[in-house]
Amino acid sequence: NVSCQEDSPVFRFGRVTFMLNTSTKTPTGGFSFENTRRNAVLEANLSEKGYSAPNARKTGTTIAGLIFKDGVILGADTRATDDMVVADKNCMKIHYIAPKIYCCGAGVAADAEVTTQMMSSNVELHSLSTGRPPLVAMVTRQLKQMLFRYQGHIGSSLIVGGVDVNGPQLYSVYPHGSYDKLPFLTMGSGAASAVSVFEDRYKPNMELEEAKQLVRDAITAGIFCDLGSGSNVDLCVITEKTVDYLRGYDQPVQKGLREGTYRYKPGTTAVLTKTVTPLPLDVVDESVQVMDTE
Amino acid sequence: MSEELFPEPEWLSEEVKTGTTIIAVTFDGGVVLGSDSRVSAGEAVVNRVMNKLSPLHDKIYCALSGSAADAQTIAEIVNYQLDVHSIEVEDDPLVCSAATLVKNISYKYKEELSAHLIVAGWDKKKGGQVYATLSGLLTSQPFAIGGSGSFYINGFVDAEYRKNMTKRECQEFVVNALTLAMGRDGSSGGVAYVVTIDKDGAEEKCVLGNELPKFFDQ
Repeated sequence: NVSCQEDSPVFRFGRVTFMLNTSTKTPTGGFSFENTRRNAVLEANLSEKGYSAPNARKTGTTIAGLIFKDGVILGADTRATDDMVVADKNCMKIHYIAPKIYCCGAGVAADAEVTTQMMSSNVELHSLSTGRPPLVAMVTRQLKQMLFRYQGHIGSSLIVGGVDVNGPQLYSVYPHGSYDKLPFLTMGSGAASAVSVFEDRYKPNMELEEAKQLVRDAITAGIFCDLGSGSNVDLCVITEKTVDYLRGYDQPVQKGLREGTYRYKPGTTAVLTKTVTPLPLDVVDESVQVMDTE
Repeated sequence: MSEELFPEPEWLSEEVKTGTTIIAVTFDGGVVLGSDSRVSAGEAVVNRVMNKLSPLHDKIYCALSGSAADAQTIAEIVNYQLDVHSIEVEDDPLVCSAATLVKNISYKYKEELSAHLIVAGWDKKKGGQVYATLSGLLTSQPFAIGGSGSFYINGFVDAEYRKNMTKRECQEFVVNALTLAMGRDGSSGGVAYVVTIDKDGAEEKCVLGNELPKFFDQ
């Protein structure tokens, strides 16, 4: 009962049969659009009943990066929004690509997340193949070639920063596939607020503490002045020697304390009658999913 | 109503365009290319110091305009193809070859792409040459202008261009043209990049905003 794919050889060792999956077909791309037809049908059916399909969750973000004396600092806020509701108060927008290369993602949350994960795998394979640590320019090139291929339909804007043999570098990549190489960059809906802080106070070759403060201030400007950004400031400091991922570096917005209590003592409302109807239920399946509540 | 609460700025989803002024002029012994440095997405400027003069080979450069992604990608692909070609012929490529490669891509994908590249350089067969590749045509011209800002300086370049200018005069002509265009076109601005290519190689120069010539500006 071995199902054979076209290109995969089947080996037999004694009574055990192995199938070696060495299909040499080049993958036709990381994304499959098979569900678009299903989605279109679902959308049509739902709209008849008056419902609308859920929107892709955008991160409505402020992300920023700058180059300082010893390396690169990336910063991001931590709010993920779903239209006008905050879907995640503490999401991670700074993604790992390689030991010394990190990437901030803005735009559609799923696109940014999956794109960076794919890049991370490709980069590891590439650097195993070349036998050298990866270059930031290589990551940028792969990213922009992929995004250009999808002609802007993958809605992720990314800031790629890292340190390699050529020193600290910072690139921004837009959904349509264009890129810019600059000493400081901001992206996302809060970019206008953040870039104004950079334009005012950026100097080349800043010291570490001054640079961290500047990125923190830029992200904070985005958090306060943009409705799509909020919660905490995450920083990632990359130098030739170390990488410091400072999650929750700053919390400019503290949740306010409630002044009064809204609890009523038991017995405040008189109980007139009480009826208990047991429902016969069987436990069919039990599973535990651990939630990341960092 | 939900969209009003925090309307996402349009420029987040707008395609990034270079809304540009680019110009290339031949002189006896080489070419001078010039560009502004503004990259816009909708109404916002996303990069105010972008160098739109992209090297295709040692002595061949191209000037980018139109959609940033399309233009950058074409330049990258042609750079690669020229590398392969120059290894195959074991010599420096001709400017005409570079322009033809650009034209092939621009013509084949003219429905999908919206970028205009001006190719200019020096080769030992014909000296300095400028080729325009708008919409997939290929013409050799003494000078070429492109981008949204070029409409404002058509009259100026037609009136002021003279044959057989010296290198110095050519560079001044290019800087003057760029300054006038940047002064009138909202989508062009920033600094001016100038590249001079002759038989000895390519020389890049950046003219900062306050060093640009001053014209009537009350």
